[in-house]
Amino acid sequence: MKKMLVVLLAALMLVLSVTAYADDEPIHLTLWTFQELHLSLYREMLDKWNADPANPKLDIDMQVMDYEDMHNKLTIALQTGEGAPDITEIEISMYANYLKGDIQLAALNEYVEPIEDHLVMSRLNNYARDGKYYGIDHHIGATVMFYNTEILEEAGINYKDIKTWDDFHEAGKTVLEKTGKPMTTWESSDCWSIYPIVSQHGGDWLTWDNEVVMDSDVVIDTLAFMKSMLEDGTAIPAPGGFHHAEEYWGWMNAGGCATVSMPFWYLNRFTDYMPDLAGKMKVVPLPTWADGKGHKSSQMGGTGVSVVATSPNADVAKAFIAFATLTFDGNVNTWKLLGFDPILMDVYGAPEMMEPNKFFDYYGDEIFDEMATVLDDIPDTAITDMYPTATDIVKSQMAYDLCYSDKSAEEIAKECADQLRSMID
Amino acid sequence: MKLSSSAKKQESVFGHKAVPYLFIAPFIIFFIIVYLYPFFQTILMSFQRIDGPNHITWIGTSNYTKLFKDRNFSQSLMTTFRYAIWDVIILTTVPLIVACILNSGYVKFSAFFKSVFFIPALTSTIVAGIVFRLAFGTLDTSIANRVLALFGKPPRDWLMHADSANFVLILLTLWRWMGVNIVYYISGLQAIPPELYEAAQIDGANALQKFFYVSLPGVKPVLIYVITITVLGGFAMFTESVALFTQKYAGGIGRTIVGYMYQVGFYKSNLGMASAVGIVLLIIVLTVNLIQLIAMGFFRKEN
Repeated sequence: MKKMLVVLLAALMLVLSVTAYADDEPIHLTLWTFQELHLSLYREMLDKWNADPANPKLDIDMQVMDYEDMHNKLTIALQTGEGAPDITEIEISMYANYLKGDIQLAALNEYVEPIEDHLVMSRLNNYARDGKYYGIDHHIGATVMFYNTEILEEAGINYKDIKTWDDFHEAGKTVLEKTGKPMTTWESSDCWSIYPIVSQHGGDWLTWDNEVVMDSDVVIDTLAFMKSMLEDGTAIPAPGGFHHAEEYWGWMNAGGCATVSMPFWYLNRFTDYMPDLAGKMKVVPLPTWADGKGHKSSQMGGTGVSVVATSPNADVAKAFIAFATLTFDGNVNTWKLLGFDPILMDVYGAPEMMEPNKFFDYYGDEIFDEMATVLDDIPDTAITDMYPTATDIVKSQMAYDLCYSDKSAEEIAKECADQLRSMID
Repeated sequence: MKLSSSAKKQESVFGHKAVPYLFIAPFIIFFIIVYLYPFFQTILMSFQRIDGPNHITWIGTSNYTKLFKDRNFSQSLMTTFRYAIWDVIILTTVPLIVACILNSGYVKFSAFFKSVFFIPALTSTIVAGIVFRLAFGTLDTSIANRVLALFGKPPRDWLMHADSANFVLILLTLWRWMGVNIVYYISGLQAIPPELYEAAQIDGANALQKFFYVSLPGVKPVLIYVITITVLGGFAMFTESVALFTQKYAGGIGRTIVGYMYQVGFYKSNLGMASAVGIVLLIIVLTVNLIQLIAMGFFRKEN
């Protein structure tokens, strides 16, 4: 009797499992992110993926966690080999932590290499080790300048006349004199003021061999320039310490300051948190350096989308993220839904990109007119395993000293560089 | 017959000697798994470099030497010490005075005041941190700067300078934990027999003398307890500073030793060095607490 029951049960399970894997049952994947915004892109691209009968049906459980939480959970999941998702997003300053030891992320070369010439490769290099690409970014994060035209007009300045950083400083003096408002703000507790401008000027914190170049002449020159603006009041430390502080948003929204330089992804911070400036803000590439050094822009921040190598569905997960982030369609949607500057160069100038959206409403139609001209001149940044330590020093030491200490640019750079050197084995 | 044999069997399994161990077993098991094992594991990890599950290298004391070279470590140590000292001074004395006043019988609605002082302890630290961060914000319009303006003082960047940031941090802790300490003290004060106060009254003692010669000796055991947990809390403080400084710690301001440990362990993914920080913190807290307990006569045998 018991034997019969066991056989029956086994038969039942067999039937059930066969039906479970029959054609219509979708493959279940888990995706972790700390940025809820990105989900709209995945949802849109998942619908498109499933609409194509050639693709295996997917069902993705998208989980949004707090930034620290998600990275901690991921570290622990990968270290213990238990509970990791299939697809995960990893923030750029944390990425190097996951490229230590046995890399537990899947290489995406089969999707990246065929279209190398069409991608802004400096972005992909951030997430690469030994020629293998482990992550794909949603955006370039080209640093741009946001101008409040209302304040500039009050001071009689046309933002289009500002070509170099010296022009920018001179214009700042006029703005301060005519309106009493500062030209710009520097962050005192984050890296988005110093790092983009240093990188654009041709500097960096480390080389790919972990050699510290934080106190190079370029870094010192850049810091000296930023300090000179603080000294004459054309720049002030950002209220709240950084450009994502509630205090800063309220103050900027009320017309506290004429400009801010931030990476392109800051577009949606204006539309979401500073609605009163709609129609007044213009977004253009950064001023350039009069000494002829450096580049037109710099690529900053970002999130690498990666596949966990041990996932049983790694192959289909790779195919899906390539579909969502490397295709023409995916990149157009990256702009339309997320407001990012896509990494696929083909989309710039395409009519699909010009369809009206909230960003064109806010900044006007000419967003991409000049943007396209900087794509070919964006420097690499060295994202080594010491990168998290380097950015931490920039955030907590360099930015603070720049804004609040009496130290000279050279002293600041030297102290920070020595600190970083002492942390490298 | 059957009954007695089973009873005998039971006794042999749960004999008189075994029963106590059985009762404390859940705690012991819990203690071994959750406290003792991690404790020894941490000591072990502090001598290792951990790059993943299969990439553990024994590096001797290198974590410790690197730690003592790190400017941020010494700075966090200083921040923690400074905070802990002020924390102990303020958080043991102010609640004691308030408790004495509330307990003196001269205050009307003392039950109401007790609950008012206690309510902040029930709020979320994160919420309290956000409120304090905005109240002590950079802008001229923040509450603290408005108050300064009333006295004709210029506005200041409260959280961007070490001294004022420490002040705000102490204020936040005081606001949040005063009620708890008041409750401890009141329970200690109420245990003092009223006859002692009456006798003091007859001897002609004034309020101050009553406080120093009756109340203070009476609450001494509670005082020792409060100081011990305040020292511990002061050195292990983390949530308050995270809530106030959102882990940014510009210029290292507000980064406590536990905040530093967290950054090293999780942000920089260096669990070996974070373990070393933990061990150093353990040694410091243990030393400070031992000194304090010996000084207060905790280990002296009761006469």
